Amino acid sequence: MRARVFITPKKGVLDPQGKAIEHSLHALGFTEAHEVHLGKYVELSLGGVDRGRAQQRVDDMCRKLLANGVIEDYRFDIEE
Amino acid sequence: MRWGVVTFPGSNDDHDALYAIDHVLGEDAVSLWHKDRDLKGVDCVVLPGGFSYGDYLRCGAMARFSPVMESVITFARAGGLVWGICNGFQVLCEAGLLPGALIRNRGLRFVCTRVHVRVEDTDTPFTCRGTRGEVLTIPVKHGEGCYVADPAVLEELERNRQVVLRYVDASGRATAEANPNGSLNNIAGIVSRERNVFGLMPHPEHVVEKLVGGEDGLKLFQSVAAAYAEHAHGRAASVAPGH
Repeated sequence: MRARVFITPKKGVLDPQGKAIEHSLHALGFTEAHEVHLGKYVELSLGGVDRGRAQQRVDDMCRKLLANGVIEDYRFDIEE
Repeated sequence: MRWGVVTFPGSNDDHDALYAIDHVLGEDAVSLWHKDRDLKGVDCVVLPGGFSYGDYLRCGAMARFSPVMESVITFARAGGLVWGICNGFQVLCEAGLLPGALIRNRGLRFVCTRVHVRVEDTDTPFTCRGTRGEVLTIPVKHGEGCYVADPAVLEELERNRQVVLRYVDASGRATAEANPNGSLNNIAGIVSRERNVFGLMPHPEHVVEKLVGGEDGLKLFQSVAAAYAEHAHGRAASVAPGH
């Protein structure tokens, strides 16, 4: 079982890195790009758990450590 | 009074804090190791500056789960004095002992400079020796010092006078230019609602002697010592036999 976790800045929280990237994209002519945000990507393997349990465990991991709910949102998917 | 300074892997201002307490303030200071749960009977815990656990994942995210932090959290919830400086402030926010979070500086640059901070409140053990409105000059050095919290939390902080230090210019005005990292409301330091937990991004432990360019930081250390002495005296008086 393999999980892919995506962590992104919460809406409304300052994201200076996203802003800087957006400015650079515009400077390079990619003027259609907007609402650029920089997040984190974590992947991990899970052993000895079924899909339902994996779902629950990864959610726990996100809430406890991988994401800070004050400033970040997360989502993840699980592959067999 | 006995102080404890925590060393996490990657802490680098722990010895500056120990020096400030031991050599300059003249109080008893012991080192606390991140793997130890024993707080050695200290009256105030300092979480120092640095890059605990390499700042991996988020600043303070790993340190918050170290064995010593379990004891620090229990100690703080029981009313013990806990003081986080820079990385220590980040650890306190991650641990939920202080509200909000510290994110990448708005200008995206690591800032290493002297800043002016205004003492907003003296009704805390950490600023009781200061004067309201007084401007202190203290250095900052961080890449992730932009304080954020949602509007409701921010309003509550202001209403409860939990914002203790604010970035200002030399004349004491909280302007955008005086804000080194984009912190909301120019917040440089806050206390918990119970006022026993304090976090700030500037480094008072670096300005405790004229030799190194200033003594403004000493006032915060002296405040804690004075608050503790007063508290101990009050306790002694309350248990003294009546006349």
